[in-house]
Amino acid sequence: MTTVASFNVKYIQYLSPSGELVGDSVPDIAKNFDHIKSLYETMVMTRVFDAKAISLQRTGKLGTYASSLGHEAVHVGIGSAMQYEDVFAPSYREYGVQLVRGVKMSEILLYWGGDERGSNFSGPPHDFAWCVPIATQNTHAAGAALAFKLRKEARCTVSVIGDGGSSKGDFLEAINAASAFKLPMVFVIINNGWAISVPRKKQSSGQTLAQKGIAGGLPSIQVDGNDLLAVHHEIKKALDKARNGEGATVIEAITYRLGDHTTADDASRYRPDEEVENAKRFEPILRIRQYLMDNNQWSVQQENQLMDKCALRVEQAVKEYQSASKLPVTDMFDYMYAELPHDLAEQRAFALSLEDNTVNGGEK
Amino acid sequence: MSNITMVEAVSLALSHELENDKDVVVLGEDVGINGGVFRATSGLAQKFGENRVIDTPLAEAMIAGMTVGMATQGLKPVAEAQFLGFIFPMFEQIVCHAARMRNRTRGRLTCPLVIRAPFGGGIHAPEHHSESIESMFAHTPGLRVVIPSSPTRAYGLLLAAIRDPDPVLFLEPKRIYRLNKEEVIDDGEELPLDMCFELREGNDITLVTWGSMVKETLEAADQLATQGISAEVIDVATVSPLDMDTILESVKKTGRCVIIQEAVQHCSVGSEIAAGLADKGLYSLIAPVKRVSGYDVIMPLFKLEKKYMPSVERILMAVNKIMEVS
Repeated sequence: MTTVASFNVKYIQYLSPSGELVGDSVPDIAKNFDHIKSLYETMVMTRVFDAKAISLQRTGKLGTYASSLGHEAVHVGIGSAMQYEDVFAPSYREYGVQLVRGVKMSEILLYWGGDERGSNFSGPPHDFAWCVPIATQNTHAAGAALAFKLRKEARCTVSVIGDGGSSKGDFLEAINAASAFKLPMVFVIINNGWAISVPRKKQSSGQTLAQKGIAGGLPSIQVDGNDLLAVHHEIKKALDKARNGEGATVIEAITYRLGDHTTADDASRYRPDEEVENAKRFEPILRIRQYLMDNNQWSVQQENQLMDKCALRVEQAVKEYQSASKLPVTDMFDYMYAELPHDLAEQRAFALSLEDNTVNGGEK
Repeated sequence: MSNITMVEAVSLALSHELENDKDVVVLGEDVGINGGVFRATSGLAQKFGENRVIDTPLAEAMIAGMTVGMATQGLKPVAEAQFLGFIFPMFEQIVCHAARMRNRTRGRLTCPLVIRAPFGGGIHAPEHHSESIESMFAHTPGLRVVIPSSPTRAYGLLLAAIRDPDPVLFLEPKRIYRLNKEEVIDDGEELPLDMCFELREGNDITLVTWGSMVKETLEAADQLATQGISAEVIDVATVSPLDMDTILESVKKTGRCVIIQEAVQHCSVGSEIAAGLADKGLYSLIAPVKRVSGYDVIMPLFKLEKKYMPSVERILMAVNKIMEVS
């Protein structure tokens, strides 16, 4: 018997939960405190925004909302490692990535407030919109990456998937395609431990989810997804490699979903409180703040100022969201095709006519 | 100008667009050096290279998903689903993304893509190779579903489909891929989408059909002429969005209509046309509208496939029945 191939999966962490640098090397970003501070601010902004969105939903001012609580490091780490011309293919809770890339909080609220205009956002116009069918965005990212490769553009795509989504064929097919075509892309498996009520261990008996990338022929690693420095550094490294024509990488970022799956979910039905309490010890914001404070880069006063700034900016976003212009009924027809087909034009005219007729249930 | 079959016309249209639009890319299983299992992409990889005519791994969902991704970033991909019966893994990508991208993003991202698929029965193929499931896609807002029925229309409609700014499912009736030859001029002239073609003028009855059934319908019209019945034949071509106006206009003249389709009848495109006639053409009708369809059964393997498919005889039976009504 001979061994024809052998593999290993490395786990990378630069910042321990108590905020100390660990590991064999120090990533470049670790000494760029201005950069870290700006990313830290976005992480906090994401969390303040998230809490506000949940409270809006609870008071009937927003539809179902998918919280990003606990994912701030992995999301902001992805966003900060990407370049503007790269393409991001999200699922539906990666607000930290999108805020870094210029999507407005008011636009995120607009989307979850039931208004498609939220997906016509201020972020890069080539970025994909929120993608609800699990894992289908992975192949879109692969297609976009193939487009860049064919046109010889130095651009990459990043697509995300959860631990649950890593069980889907679309994810595996996209990995396989990225390998077969040597595509400029990065897959990030955001393993937050739970796919609604199904824990990670029920998705696969594999030791890691990263190893699914190895099966497809891609270099694959695990990072501590609560460690901003590790996420940023490893994704940037993978993107540099992809941009250089050296192909795709799979990165499994281990984090924890501190909130419910969405506002329509109640995790206390299936998840022990002790597990959540324990996970809070490893959460991403505490450790990066500790790191900044230990290096005399952050003070209580700065923290207070930041909290005030976040509260103000989030309030402004809510006001923008709530003062969005009324959505005309015609809007549901006008983007079906580049040019409205004849029969659909008739239906549009009918729907519009109801708007002037309160007897038929239309709105004035 | 050349005398070519329908499958050669498909190939000619692809070649024309690959030549004239650098954003056009052909992809799919076996579309490269092999030229496709029906030879629809024959010679294209050799002519345009493997960056324009791309053999993909064998994964249909991936092909459709990547096609969506490529289209959103400015390419005009033309993907091949090897047989329509294997399109189901693509279904989610077509219905949930290709058809919705423009609307979802309020026009920020669009999907100017084509997915081509050979379909229909009559060539003694194995299971899953013979179904006509156009209505499953016709039910999806945001898609175009286009079905050619001759070399000329395959050439002109495929050009239009590739140039269309929205996603098009281009279903090629494989039974008539090599049925006959027509003079097709490779002048890049497209034919209009969303419009029926009137193939034969008549006054007594309107026969509405598309795809491979155009053949049987025209034969039936010939036989009816010998009985002194003048049949108008309409090829729907784009089954979604549907050009009801042309059909209504014809029925206004003839007062009678038979719809002929290879698909199962229940919830079919033929049913939609019949409903459109009931809604907007009832007062033009002097006889009930008849549908001549496949039976509402699983498409049988090839020992019974001929019995499943509408025949000239079945079309004539339906016509003669409603010609009795006056």
